[in-house]
Amino acid sequence: MTASHPAYTAMELMACVAARMLEDRRTVLVGTGLPMIGAILAQRMHAPGLVIIFEAGGVGPRVPTLPVSVGDSRTFYHASAASSMHNVMSACQAGYVDFGFLGGAMMDRYGNLNTTVIGPWEAPEVRLPGSGGANDVGSLAQRTMIIIRQDTRRFVERVNFITTPGYIDGPGARERAGLPAGTGPYRVLTQLAVFDFDESTKQLRLRATHPGVSVAEVQAASGFKIQVADTLEVNAPPTEEERRLLHEIDPAGMVIGK
Amino acid sequence: MEMLEQGRGELIGWHDPDENRRWVLENKSRELRDKRMSVPQAVREFVHDGDYLAMGGFGHIRVAMAVVYEIIRQRRQHLVLAGKTAVHDADLLIGSGCVDRIEVAYAFAQELRGLSPASRRAVESGACRVVGEISNAGYQWRFLAGMLGVPFIPSRNMLGSDTFTHSACKVARDPWSGKPVCLIPAAYPDVAVFHVPRCDMYGNAQIDGILIMDWELARAARRVIITAEEIVAHEVIQERPWLTAIPFYVVDAVCEVPFGAHPTTMPYLYYFDEEHIGEWLDVSKTPEGTRDYLDRYVYNMSDFAAYLEHIGGATKRAYLEDVEHLRQPLRAPWLQKK
Repeated sequence: MTASHPAYTAMELMACVAARMLEDRRTVLVGTGLPMIGAILAQRMHAPGLVIIFEAGGVGPRVPTLPVSVGDSRTFYHASAASSMHNVMSACQAGYVDFGFLGGAMMDRYGNLNTTVIGPWEAPEVRLPGSGGANDVGSLAQRTMIIIRQDTRRFVERVNFITTPGYIDGPGARERAGLPAGTGPYRVLTQLAVFDFDESTKQLRLRATHPGVSVAEVQAASGFKIQVADTLEVNAPPTEEERRLLHEIDPAGMVIGK
Repeated sequence: MEMLEQGRGELIGWHDPDENRRWVLENKSRELRDKRMSVPQAVREFVHDGDYLAMGGFGHIRVAMAVVYEIIRQRRQHLVLAGKTAVHDADLLIGSGCVDRIEVAYAFAQELRGLSPASRRAVESGACRVVGEISNAGYQWRFLAGMLGVPFIPSRNMLGSDTFTHSACKVARDPWSGKPVCLIPAAYPDVAVFHVPRCDMYGNAQIDGILIMDWELARAARRVIITAEEIVAHEVIQERPWLTAIPFYVVDAVCEVPFGAHPTTMPYLYYFDEEHIGEWLDVSKTPEGTRDYLDRYVYNMSDFAAYLEHIGGATKRAYLEDVEHLRQPLRAPWLQKK
């Protein structure tokens, strides 16, 4: 992809696609890295009224430059409120948070995420960080968006540990577990494509590919069979304006690169 | 209430609410008295082997690092840590062997900076044991229940996940809606430690910027140590009492420690010292490097002031103030590898 479009990088494209999924005058709770950049870019492009929320308490900042952490002062720079985790998570639970935007380590076809452990929990092969705020956001936000690098090790048939619930094991499972009605994963963004979830099966479905990516490539980078939507879209490459803003947002290249 | 499920995690830091009320009655003074003391004295008096410890702040934000170093210097053992997004503090406390059990909402990694080699090595070898999983909101609501003096808080997170399965929570049927709800048990840490911009000698502590979960944690913990950039006159607090996030009657010790969050950030004052954090992440890849770091920055330092000189003193502080106020770009060794 970069060979045929040397003008932009995969990270730039993902950040732009992430940004375009967010709607103006909505609230979005963002995690570290690409979700943050996507939200900040959206705010500077088509969604000036997007309210960015950080789990540690920042509400509605005009983020000056990419925060290193979801709690540093950039997350409440020129904000509506520098509040608390209790304020933010309660807002999420009470229904005020439209989008939750998460990164993931491993995901299955129902959008369940594992960021806790590889191997048995009692004797981990690799110990990962755990939920952080991901379980809360994935449980409580109206709609959850996930950014994840896809390959056969990360797109797995069944995650060995559900840190953050997607649709668990199919339609109705979230509600049966007691999770707020109508919530769940909405979009999944990878370095190859954008997915949604089939309404009747709650399984991952290919919705749009990045420029130059084939369905076969998307399937090859998955540990399970991927459904394909009837009409498949192709994501537009980053514009010059988007790329300029991305480097303005992340001048050090922490996420976007130099 | 019909019980539906029980998490398998170990319940730590829970007390019967009446037992805790009695403890509070017998141990917490309502008197406005001078609680100033040195960091070594505060740690000697209020941090004991085996204690359940919670650090205020979040990640690398507003962490009372002078106390973390002093706990290591005094070689406390068998501490249980609240991994309430505990990052650099957890990494050092686990890497030094002071903490051998942790309840995890988030640990063993440093957000954009990558994973934490020292604490990961400890947890993967079994030197540090994860007693249970929870989420960030889950931990915050454990402290909320503690602060409220109630045995648990009902919530709608963690349901349907293995985070729940490995937590100390329960699922019950809500007697009103009939839907399953998660019951999050109260937590009363033995000791909680906060770094704040200003505090008076009685312990009225003010915080600038986000509170994270400090409001709840300070009121739930049995013992509270405050380190402050500056100890101010009580009158200064009285001028803007609405900024007081932690009231004196929950506080046991007040220590003045300028630059006391280094290398973590103090909102409006100084940014993360990414060069120092990067050095730790680099050298802690081996047990030898970890020991060497602890020798150089903790054991061989007489106190926190000596440490501050060692890491660059006023020059470093001026630079981190500039970065915090967006006057200088961020320098970070881990950034070079991106």
